[in-house]
Amino acid sequence: MTPSASVLLLTTLTGFGYGLLAWLGVFGAARGLPQQPWFGPLAIGFALAFASAGLLASTLHLGRPERAWRAFSQWRSSWLSREGVAAVLTYLPALAFAAFWWFDGPGAGTTLVAGLAAGAMGMITVACTAMIYASLKPVRHWNNAHTLPDYLLFALYSGALLLMLALALGGGDLKGAALLAAVLGLLGLVAKLAYWRHVDHAAPLATLGSAIGIRGATARPLDKPHFTQNYILREMGFQVARKHATRLRKIVIVCAFLAPTLLALAAAFGLWPAAMAFVAVILAACGLLAERWLFFAQAVHVAALYYGHEV
Amino acid sequence: MTSLPQPAPGATKLGLVIDLDTCVGCHACAVSCKEWNHGGASGPLPDYDSRGANPDGLWFNRIHSYETEGGACGSRTVNFPRSCLHCEEPQCVTVCPTGASYKRAEDGIVLVNPDICIGCKLCSWACPYGAREFDEDESIMKKCTLCVDRIYNETLPEAEREPACVASCPSRARHFGDLGDPNSAVSLLVLARGGVELMPELGYKPTNRYLPPRKAVVPTGPVEKPLRAGTGFSASLLSLVDRVLSR
Amino acid sequence: MAKNINISQPVGDEVAYTTCYMCACRCGIKVHLKDGKLRYIEGNRKHPVNRGVLCAKGSAGIMTATSPSRLRKPLKRTGERGTGTFVEIEWDEAMAIVTDRLAKIRAKDPNRLAFFTGRDQSQALTGYFAQMFGTMNYAAHGGFCSVNMAAAGLYSIGGAFWEFGEPDWEHAKLFLMFGVAEDHDSNPIKLGLGVLKGRGAKFISVNPVRTGYSAIADEHVAITPGTDGLFVMALIHCLLEAGKIDTEFLVRYTNAHHLVIDAPGSADHGLIARNGDGIAWAFDRDTGSLVAADAKGINPALLGACKLPDGRNAQPAFALLAQRYTDPAYAPEAVAGRCGLDARDIRRIAAEIAEVAFNQPVILNQPWTDSAGVRHETMVGRPVAMHAMRGVSAHSNGFHTCRAIHVLQMLIGAIDSPGSWRYKSPYPKPIPPGPAPGGHQRQANGALDFPPLGFPRCPQDLLVGDDGEALRLDRSFSWEAPLGLHGMMHMAIGEAYAAGRERVDTLFLFMANMAWNSAMNPAESSRMLTARDPDGQYRIPFVIVADAFASETVAYADLVLPDATYLERYDCISLLDRPIGSAHGPADAIRVPVIKPDRDVRPFQDVLLDLAGRLKLPNFVDADARPLYKSYPDYMVRHQRKPGVGPLAGFRGADGNAIGKGDPNPDQIASYVGNRAFWRHHLPADQLYFKHGNRGYLEGAKAMGLIDSSDQIVLNLYSEIMQRFRLAAEGHGTHQPPERLRESNRRFMDPLPIWYQPVEEAENDIRAFPLHALTQRPMPMYHSWGSQNQWLRQILPENRLYLHTSLAKRHGLANEDWVNLTSRNGSITCQVRLMDGLAPDTVWTWNAIGKRSGTWALAKDAPESQRGFLLNHVISEYLPPDSSGHRRSNSDPVTGQAAWFDVMVRIEPCRAPPRTSQPQFPALPPPHAPATKARS
Ligand SMILES: Nc1nc2c(c(=O)[nH]1)N[C@H]1C(S)=C(S)[C@@H](COP(=O)(O)OP(=O)(O)OC[C@H]3O[C@@H](n4cnc5c(=O)[nH]c(N)nc54)[C@H](O)[C@@H]3O)O[C@H]1N2
Ligand SMILES: Nc1nc2c(c(=O)[nH]1)N[C@H]1C(S)=C(S)[C@@H](COP(=O)(O)OP(=O)(O)OC[C@H]3O[C@@H](n4cnc5c(=O)[nH]c(N)nc54)[C@H](O)[C@@H]3O)O[C@H]1N2
Ligand code: SF4
Ligand code: SF4
Ligand code: SF4
Ligand code: SF4
Ligand code: SF4
Ligand SMILES: [Mo]
Repeated sequence: MTPSASVLLLTTLTGFGYGLLAWLGVFGAARGLPQQPWFGPLAIGFALAFASAGLLASTLHLGRPERAWRAFSQWRSSWLSREGVAAVLTYLPALAFAAFWWFDGPGAGTTLVAGLAAGAMGMITVACTAMIYASLKPVRHWNNAHTLPDYLLFALYSGALLLMLALALGGGDLKGAALLAAVLGLLGLVAKLAYWRHVDHAAPLATLGSAIGIRGATARPLDKPHFTQNYILREMGFQVARKHATRLRKIVIVCAFLAPTLLALAAAFGLWPAAMAFVAVILAACGLLAERWLFFAQAVHVAALYYGHEV
Repeated sequence: MTSLPQPAPGATKLGLVIDLDTCVGCHACAVSCKEWNHGGASGPLPDYDSRGANPDGLWFNRIHSYETEGGACGSRTVNFPRSCLHCEEPQCVTVCPTGASYKRAEDGIVLVNPDICIGCKLCSWACPYGAREFDEDESIMKKCTLCVDRIYNETLPEAEREPACVASCPSRARHFGDLGDPNSAVSLLVLARGGVELMPELGYKPTNRYLPPRKAVVPTGPVEKPLRAGTGFSASLLSLVDRVLSR
Repeated sequence: MAKNINISQPVGDEVAYTTCYMCACRCGIKVHLKDGKLRYIEGNRKHPVNRGVLCAKGSAGIMTATSPSRLRKPLKRTGERGTGTFVEIEWDEAMAIVTDRLAKIRAKDPNRLAFFTGRDQSQALTGYFAQMFGTMNYAAHGGFCSVNMAAAGLYSIGGAFWEFGEPDWEHAKLFLMFGVAEDHDSNPIKLGLGVLKGRGAKFISVNPVRTGYSAIADEHVAITPGTDGLFVMALIHCLLEAGKIDTEFLVRYTNAHHLVIDAPGSADHGLIARNGDGIAWAFDRDTGSLVAADAKGINPALLGACKLPDGRNAQPAFALLAQRYTDPAYAPEAVAGRCGLDARDIRRIAAEIAEVAFNQPVILNQPWTDSAGVRHETMVGRPVAMHAMRGVSAHSNGFHTCRAIHVLQMLIGAIDSPGSWRYKSPYPKPIPPGPAPGGHQRQANGALDFPPLGFPRCPQDLLVGDDGEALRLDRSFSWEAPLGLHGMMHMAIGEAYAAGRERVDTLFLFMANMAWNSAMNPAESSRMLTARDPDGQYRIPFVIVADAFASETVAYADLVLPDATYLERYDCISLLDRPIGSAHGPADAIRVPVIKPDRDVRPFQDVLLDLAGRLKLPNFVDADARPLYKSYPDYMVRHQRKPGVGPLAGFRGADGNAIGKGDPNPDQIASYVGNRAFWRHHLPADQLYFKHGNRGYLEGAKAMGLIDSSDQIVLNLYSEIMQRFRLAAEGHGTHQPPERLRESNRRFMDPLPIWYQPVEEAENDIRAFPLHALTQRPMPMYHSWGSQNQWLRQILPENRLYLHTSLAKRHGLANEDWVNLTSRNGSITCQVRLMDGLAPDTVWTWNAIGKRSGTWALAKDAPESQRGFLLNHVISEYLPPDSSGHRRSNSDPVTGQAAWFDVMVRIEPCRAPPRTSQPQFPALPPPHAPATKARS
């Protein structure tokens, strides 16, 4: 599948944002956050800024963004619609969380409940996003048991990194967040490796013989319908060179997971925590963008069979 | 509404039956489809860079060709027209966030409402058959309409109320009808010829069917051995022309 | 529900019926207009040709009607010829230039006008114009197309494959198709194949390439190019061996029992022995005596020998045939290797033919009466149908190969019988069907004695000088191509160049892209078109091109006459020309304008009639030298070729009820329009088969003016006409070939089919050039002019060279790799694609996809010119010089048919892949200026 910038931004930025929101809720409930009145609203704003940037980016992907509002209507069947609804709904507890923090105080029951609710809604939004891909039957790289947990895990991981940075900047104690991030980073790495193992070995969805209805035969394309490009090839015929993909996978392993984990550990043990957190977030952001790029670019659509691609 | 209509048993399921045994790969159906729909309800079907280096455009029907090995017909070239199969359980409909993509309850035709499509392209990702194409000019999704603006068109004579691709197909490899009715001509054809679904493993339950190529044979006795070299006229030839002939 | 789609919208506000001309197949179309603009074109369901279906090109017609590549105004050359620099001029000026030029030519020597017409269906008009103008240098496209099929058929069975016949799709049980990718009967063949396969009949395609029709064949016979003749003769061998011959058919309908004089060395050796009335002799076995071959109730011998009244020996023609093909040299085992086939397959196919022909006859309960007056209660058919086209014809042994197929058909009784190949009306015609070619004499009014294209029956009919060399520019009807029935357009430019200004003043090209895809070597043709003599004058003084689009050839014109496109003009699809009749009866059609030209163009036929009037050509002006016809539709209605016979056969006579023959009917066009632009006549059921010997049919056809005599048309299993030419080559008679051509005429003018290795191939070093190179017609493109259509060009904007996977492997080639393809004539560089369904020693590509940069109103970097290519660059219209220094044309030695498919090549992977295909030519500017100003 052709990786489009807007979708890459959407999925990574909302991961950071909603991940942070989730941890703010949890850490808030566990009283693990600085208790200054400005910290909550600022951190929540920070989280919503990430998520909103991602959501905004995603509307750029629409052919008719002015009609985007229509996307809320089909929540009964469409994960994309559900994502939209969930994203909008998330603003309510999130804004309430900030407001209660400011007015009722960080420790108030209302704040606590709103925080947990906002976190949960954020993760539901992430889950909806994941399900958009996980539910697409024609793409076996997405339509598998890894996609949903991976999205959630990566969101929590990137959220933890962000929380670590927020705590460093907000003068809080980042040790817990940093250790959490390191653990999630390692888990993320394992999950990603497992995912790659899966997609590299899973059976193709269909054969060209079955795609053209000639049972029991092997088929080879002779001529394409049209000689030059077309929508299907542009959108679904994207192919990454194996060499390129291997290199990118290494970058993902190091940048997205290993390096930020090490940096988080360093921060946890007090080694320039703010700087470490900052670099960890930047590295992870780059690494996760690469991870997402691969998630799209390496995904093959079964329709590409018709053009002789392997699926 | 992108939830799928409840399939009632015996409900009308309009679709195409395409005969791979006689499809010569002439592209007639593809171009007539383009022509009809270009000026029809889904039109225009844009062309991009139409006189330039990368001619490209929007088509609802495209004709591939393959070489196959094995299978019932052995080594063979297969021409293969590909368009929307009007699936019974099409994810292209259920993923649509706006309700623009829908399946008609009354006949099973899958359509896009151009007035509310937001151009998110998700439906095209959800179609395993590559049947949907994006209109880069209008920024909305388009697809085969099963010529809904022909088959019900009361301004057309009865006989012409069939899809453009079916009407034009010079080898008459395309058939249109109700595949929900087991006694319809198309259903009987599918039955007689062992028509197949494409990629049934994906679970979309396509309505359209493809009739596999077949191989006619002329049975002959064992082929006679060659005569020895140099024997000249064979006895059979001599006896044959010995027969009394009459003008 | 359709909340958004109006499902009952009227298609348009106006409907018109006319005839498609996105190709030469002539399908009927129903055109919908909305606000005066084209909305939709569909097939005319009532039309006899396409019965409602429409091909890809036909549907794309609405994009041709608005194509930017259409010419807009007459053009006069301003810069160097070939650079495409023109100034737009008014029609008055253009007509004055042509009239002036042609008048001078006609006054001096009309033959100095060389008039060549390509893709049109107006040969009845253009040929007539040439005849009245008085030039013999006229040819139509058949010479580079398929005259082999026409000649072999017309001289054997009085009809032909190509578009003169069709398989009996409803009854055939076995169908053999030789070398067809698309053909002119584009939609009818597809319709037919659908019906045939639907009935479970077996379809065998003999073709080196397995695409298109061959893809749906039940059996694909991947023959080595140029060897079909051997294959067919091996089939004949097997059938003779097994005695599976329809002897009844032979003696009733062919000259199999005619006695052939056996007197080697004498001037009539090999001719048919005739009685005093000119009737052939046969030997009656019942009475043991000579009898008239057409006598009723005889029991004629097919084998053996007998004495003629003059004491000389004679043998039935069939005996000669049987002697030849029972020879072990024609056994499957002897030919299989050469054909690239397995001998067992050849034997099996012969057995299948025999099985279907003799064990599964089609019997129709339809009484009829044959020419001898014998009434038959049923029609018994041999349901083995055959069709062949350019895979046979475009080789230099195509005439004989095609004749071999006809012989095979005759031997099994599969000519116009139920289930076999059938004549399309107005065929069959007598053998040969018409007068000798005009050019021997000129009438007082300057017109030629006969139409320039005719039918030689003996050496005296050839158009040769005292030295035996060609009188015609293109060498047709000379000893290089005695049966060059359609002329040899592929020689036009080369020979005009060679002949120089003394013989050719003006080259007038209509609807042929002769500097490009119909040039056997485009670079050479372009060079010759622009060559100058030492005095600086162009060697070909003046070139007029009448075209509708900005083709490659337009750039080589001094004057361009822009034609209207097909939806903008009247045309006449006439029985005098290329018919649309079917086995069910005669039919013809018209084209009527459905839209108005939005440019300053004129239908070419109007222009030609105008020109004929200005030149005061006989039969185009009245006694007072005033033009007879004010427009082409006027001519269509009022012109009479013979009394009562005009361009249109339907709705004749004052009341419009006469068919075929009748007085002109002023309302004829209106009647056609009212009948959806065509006319057809259904033959009665007893006339539908055995037309060559069916009394009812022959009499009816005569009454309709389709033929002049209702005599039986005796099929020529043995060709006496060929033998006449051969005798001349053997030294008999007053008209003999020049020495350099004596041996080849002796060899090739054989009265029975022969096989020889295609001429160019035989003269080729097989080690240097081991591969056959072919082209095929792409179904969605028509020659050079599909590319200007923005829909069609998306399908095939560039082409590849297809190789067999094993060949590719040997050269280490993968899809899209670049190769150099070299023949002894030149080299091209192009990309490859691999396939399995292909004879392993053959490469091929789609025809005419490659375009010259800048033409057809395409961008200079369009794929058509950047990666597309023509195979023509490695072909040549000339063979290498012989010992006398003479260069024969690269054509069939009997008919002059261009031997496109004889070319042999080799391939080499490109070390440094180029960015574009090679050769490339300088980009041409668009011919029509944005303003009416000269640009240079
Ligand atoms: N390599 C190779 N070369 C071949 C062949 C092959 O098989 N292989 N086939 C050969 C054969 S069989 C043929 S018939 C020739 C065909 O070759 P051409 O006779 O050259 O045919 P086209 O390319 O169709 O060119 C016809 C010209 O007619 C013009 N035209 C189109 N419509 C109209 C119209 O309505 N009015 C006028 N006035 N002009 C019009 C087009 O613009 C074009 O310039 O090619 C031959 N060349
Ligand atoms: N769509 C479309 N239709 C057309 C045309 C067009 O340009 N486009 N052109 C029209 C014209 S002018 C013509 S003449 C006709 C020609 O129509 P066809 O006769 O179909 O001509 P080609 O496409 O040249 O196909 C020749 C076939 O012969 C095969 N062949 C080559 N050599 C041999 C051989 O030695 N033996 C055998 N058995 N097969 C061989 C080739 O593989 C190819 O399949 O088509 C007409 N119809
Ligand atoms: S073929 Fe594709 S677009 Fe058509 S209904 Fe099925 S899934 Fe939807
Ligand atoms: S592109 Fe349009 S039809 Fe397709 S899913 Fe999006 S909104 Fe629905
Ligand atoms: S049914 Fe209509 S829209 Fe669909 S492929 Fe055929 S012509 Fe095109
Ligand atoms: S029109 Fe018919 S024969 Fe031609 S490509 Fe389409 S289905 Fe095949
Ligand atoms: S075959 Fe196609 S292009 Fe040719 S006349 Fe028929 S519809 Fe037109
Ligand atoms: Mo041709």
